[in-house]
Amino acid sequence: MQELFRPRDLSEALAILAARSEVRPAAGCTDLFPATAAPALQGAHIDLTALEELSGISRTPEGFRVGAATTWREAIEADLPPAFEMLKEAAREVGSPQIQNAGTIGGNLCNASPAADGVPCLLALDAQVELASAEGRRMLPLGKFITGPRQTALGPGELLVAVHVPGEAARGASRFLKLGARRYLVISIAMVAVRLVVEEGRVASAAVAVGACSPVARRLEAVEAALVGAEATPALAARVRAADVAAALSPIDDVRADAGYRLEAAAVLVRRAVSELVTHAGECAA
Amino acid sequence: MNRPAPAIGFSVNGQAVEVPTAPARRLSEVLRRALGLTGTKVGCDAGDCGACTVLVDGAPVCACLTPVAHVAGRAVETVEGLAAGGEMSRLQEAFLAHGAAQCGICTPGMLMAAAALLRQNHRPDRAAVEEALSGVLCRCTGYAAIIDAVLDAVGNGPAARAPDLGRGGVVGRPLPRLDGAPKVLGTECYGADHLPEGTLEVRAIRSPHAAARFALGDIGAWLKAQREGLMVFTAADIPGENRFGTIPAYADQPALAEGRVRFRGEAVALVAGPAEAIEAADLAAFPVAWEPEAALLSPDEAEAVGAPLLHPGRAGNIVAAGRVCCGDAEVALAQAAHVVEGAVETAFVEHAYIEPEAGVAWMEGETLVIRASTQSPVMDRDDTARVLGLAPERVRVVPCATGGGFGAKLDLSVQPLIGLVALKTGRPARMVWTRPESMAASTKRHPARMRARVGCDGEGRLVGMEFDGVFDTGAYASWGPTVAVRVPVHASGPYRIPNYHATGRGVHTNNPVSGAFRGFGVPQAAILQETLFDRLADAAGIDRLEFRLRNALREGDATVCGQRPGGVGIAACLEALAPRWRAGLAEAEAWNASGGAIRRGVGVASCWYGCGNTAIANPATIRIGITREGRVRLHQGAADIGQGADTVITQIAADALGLPLEAIERVGYDTALTPDCGKTSGSRQTFITGNAALRAGRALRARILALSNAGAEARIAIEPGRILVSEGAVRREIRLADLAEDAQGYVLSAEESYDPPTTPLDENGQGAPYAVYGWGAQMAEVEVDMELGTVRVRRITAAHDVGRAINPLLARGQIEGGIAQGLGLALMEEYIPARTENLHDYLIPTTGDMPEIDTILIEVADPEGPFGAKGLGEHALIPTAPAILNAIRHASGAVLTRLPALPHRVLAAMRAGEAGR
Ligand SMILES: Cc1cc2nc3c(=O)[nH]c(=O)nc-3n(C[C@H](O)[C@H](O)[C@H](O)COP(=O)(O)OP(=O)(O)OC[C@H]3O[C@@H](n4cnc5c(N)ncnc54)[C@H](O)[C@@H]3O)c2cc1C
Ligand code: FES
Ligand code: FES
Repeated sequence: MQELFRPRDLSEALAILAARSEVRPAAGCTDLFPATAAPALQGAHIDLTALEELSGISRTPEGFRVGAATTWREAIEADLPPAFEMLKEAAREVGSPQIQNAGTIGGNLCNASPAADGVPCLLALDAQVELASAEGRRMLPLGKFITGPRQTALGPGELLVAVHVPGEAARGASRFLKLGARRYLVISIAMVAVRLVVEEGRVASAAVAVGACSPVARRLEAVEAALVGAEATPALAARVRAADVAAALSPIDDVRADAGYRLEAAAVLVRRAVSELVTHAGECAA
Repeated sequence: MNRPAPAIGFSVNGQAVEVPTAPARRLSEVLRRALGLTGTKVGCDAGDCGACTVLVDGAPVCACLTPVAHVAGRAVETVEGLAAGGEMSRLQEAFLAHGAAQCGICTPGMLMAAAALLRQNHRPDRAAVEEALSGVLCRCTGYAAIIDAVLDAVGNGPAARAPDLGRGGVVGRPLPRLDGAPKVLGTECYGADHLPEGTLEVRAIRSPHAAARFALGDIGAWLKAQREGLMVFTAADIPGENRFGTIPAYADQPALAEGRVRFRGEAVALVAGPAEAIEAADLAAFPVAWEPEAALLSPDEAEAVGAPLLHPGRAGNIVAAGRVCCGDAEVALAQAAHVVEGAVETAFVEHAYIEPEAGVAWMEGETLVIRASTQSPVMDRDDTARVLGLAPERVRVVPCATGGGFGAKLDLSVQPLIGLVALKTGRPARMVWTRPESMAASTKRHPARMRARVGCDGEGRLVGMEFDGVFDTGAYASWGPTVAVRVPVHASGPYRIPNYHATGRGVHTNNPVSGAFRGFGVPQAAILQETLFDRLADAAGIDRLEFRLRNALREGDATVCGQRPGGVGIAACLEALAPRWRAGLAEAEAWNASGGAIRRGVGVASCWYGCGNTAIANPATIRIGITREGRVRLHQGAADIGQGADTVITQIAADALGLPLEAIERVGYDTALTPDCGKTSGSRQTFITGNAALRAGRALRARILALSNAGAEARIAIEPGRILVSEGAVRREIRLADLAEDAQGYVLSAEESYDPPTTPLDENGQGAPYAVYGWGAQMAEVEVDMELGTVRVRRITAAHDVGRAINPLLARGQIEGGIAQGLGLALMEEYIPARTENLHDYLIPTTGDMPEIDTILIEVADPEGPFGAKGLGEHALIPTAPAILNAIRHASGAVLTRLPALPHRVLAAMRAGEAGR
């Protein structure tokens, strides 16, 4: 049985989900379709792409709101401060232009792949997720939302409506680096997102996240602590200690790389991101 | 549940349509099936290949990932809309002119992605084009011609040289392919594109186990639980002999397994029925009781004492072994001034053509007609006939465009299966493999485990070499015996080695069937041989290019088989690389002097490759006829899988006849209409079928000249109803109506065959296994990230001796495409059953992975080839991987012993190199 609901507003969508527990959300379908060989999505789905409340990126009094059904393409084209640069860089590396035109940020989070490129960036932006069901709404830190590979805290009848980035985290400059075995259309072996706020020549705050090296992408707090307060000079990268990186991660061996390599690569990528950010420090004063 | 689906309205190429369809159907399905717009191709149904790219409100998306509901009220554009009023767009013209479409299966997706870019950016640069096309995979071209075509279409790149068709024949001209227009228009008909009325869809039930016994359960009960109209076919329904294989003496593969499966993906039953019933069928519940057995997953396990035999009579699970010996390698190596030794292991490599196996079969009276993508029409007919218990004449294989083959579409795939259903039901039967199915069930490049020792004297002259290679041939023989024989013949490389001892063997395992893949094991052997030569050159203190030149075979030299081939072009190829070699070395040195994590390196490698089958007959026959009306028809039975045989053979025939190209009508392969040209394999079509075309053309010309008493230099022109023969001022006319028509409707015709002169190999592999060899050398310039182990190939310079480039445009296309596959083999491709069974996890190069390629065509005429031509298709892939590996070692010191050179392996090899120093 194939069914596709196309509600026009969120309350209608939530009512359908409340009434029919087997109905699954569908956004860009770039994760849903590859999971079936059939000529149509199997089972009942609810299409989120026509919901006003889930679309687009806007400024809010508290910071920024990214609608869950915002596509990667829309993120690339959005007018956003440098703190979001890493998200745009990630967006440009998600699959191909075709995938970026359809795939959504919400889908990337809800699909909860360990290699999801959006997750480290949004972790490094201290993102909160806004969830809604017919019962009401709640907010969760992103780190609490993704609970394991392919697992989230979404309850029955619940949708991810938006991702919120607090104004405090929308500061500084950022960089995303992805490592794969080919240039495009590639699942990350490891990827890092780094955001640094530099004030008066020193690191005022640092956010460092690594993906594909643990069941869920992680913030690297020990690495962040080692950076904060240090001078923003090319020597800064040397403060990223391999042991601090390794302590936060638990990579696996798979067809793309072995675990030991992933740990090493993650440390190299973090150092490079940090060093590129301080080299372009002039631009990150904002 | 069967309430009619509400219609969804949108526009396609400017026309409003209302399609009654389930809203969650893939847009690709709706376009292809409901609207008949088969220009949009499907290569994976998973977003990985981009062949299905269409524009929705101007933005490129994968139609296979788009539920049709998403386009309600929006504007969809497909390849069919690009040619306004039937007139090709500039972009399409540029694709044709640059040879950007080889097999053409990726072309619609490429065109749509490019069209979207050009609307936003009227003058994109190369980087913008690469990025815009990054979501569409091409396995044939290596992307260079495609990117050039897009740049040319906006006047921002090199224009294709318009060949001047004035005088003096067409051989040697860079003509766009003659079968190109439908490929760029999206009208070409591939295996999945033909849908006769009332067709039954066929699906296979396949083994999830590498080795198992099985028993089919209560099929009747299963059928009762499904929709009406489904039928099941098993081995018990096969009327003929249930086995096939590309080499008759080794035919061992059942069309449908009988009680035992030998690899994951082997078919055990077929389910056929109308499309809706098939779509609804619960195939996962199909009743099969599996009894898994211990699987032999490597040649080591399979050769171990006491290992069970996959096929009775093949002791030690060895399918075949080959050996070539001359002189005394052991003694020579003991006395050599410098000796190096090493071992290399390669992976299963998937052909990854963008068109999965597909085709349709139907009955025409008593004849079973098959239209399916293939490289070997006559073998398809004969093997299918044998499986189905029919006389070969009762099976007719008709032409179908093939969306890439590279060796794997030599073996039967859908043919006996759809043939069985059509024969049993009398209805058309169609089968289109899914991507995972194609990857699991089709053949692979043989994984190799090789070791070798080579030595030279104080002056760097090779004195001896020992080589042994074990090739995992998987569950069935396929082309395993060919690999076992070809490898020892070629493992010397194109060099003089007086003392040589090489052995190779194919070993059965419960892995995927290894078959033919561009080079039959020779690329694997070249990886070890060419990387050892680099180390040997270093040991002898000689520049690596100079070392190769010093040892290259020269005219009159004997090969390790004792053969003295003609037209030896390897030295010319190596010499052609010398200027770039010196520049590249200097540039790398300068770059590396400045330090940093990125180091550059330069590497070179050679190839040689015998064209045609090894030391056995493999003739081709061409017929050319002239009708009473004055139409000239070329019956050309060689399958064109994108490599260009259709064009090249026609060029040869035109010049042999002395007629303009436009005068010749092509009759593509059709076993009822074309004589046998053999398989499209072994880089044999230009050489062997080309020679048959040359002979047929000349014979027909001779008859025309004889009829008009004209001399050899006379000019022939053909007009409706007559042939005009002019010699100086003298003009004669042959009135075709006066001549008698033969059974085929021709008033004049010629049929000629050519079989290359070879001699069998003796027990030491001595003889003349091939009549023609092609030669080449490539140089790679790479960057290695010393901290991450990643490799970027910056540039490849490729010099190939093709004897005579019958069509330089197509020759360049073969070289660029071969390099892309060689790069994939070196850096990223590794097929692991059940783990990389899709194009998401199995990586082939994208636009962003390809280096700049400089192609240098060398023409050292071969005495045996038509107009001096040699084969090329497989050669181009051979030197790429070793050249890249040599460049990696030069840059980083990493000696890779296991391929592909994934970043973690490169980093580990770098460390091992440091530790060893
Ligand atoms: C060829 C290809 C390449 C890719 N490359 C990359 C890559 O490089 N990096 C990367 O990170 N990903 C990649 N992906 C994966 C995918 O494109 C992304 O994860 C994408 O962002 C998913 O978004 P979507 O809208 O298409 O999700 P969908 O497929 O629509 O949904 C995915 C899952 O999320 C659920 N869901 C979606 N939206 C919501 C919501 N608002 N509330 C609750 N549940 C929801 C769905 O039920 C489903 O389970 C690739 C995919 C393909 C096909
Ligand atoms: S068929 Fe759609 S991307 Fe391959
Ligand atoms: S021409 Fe691109 S896949 Fe064949």
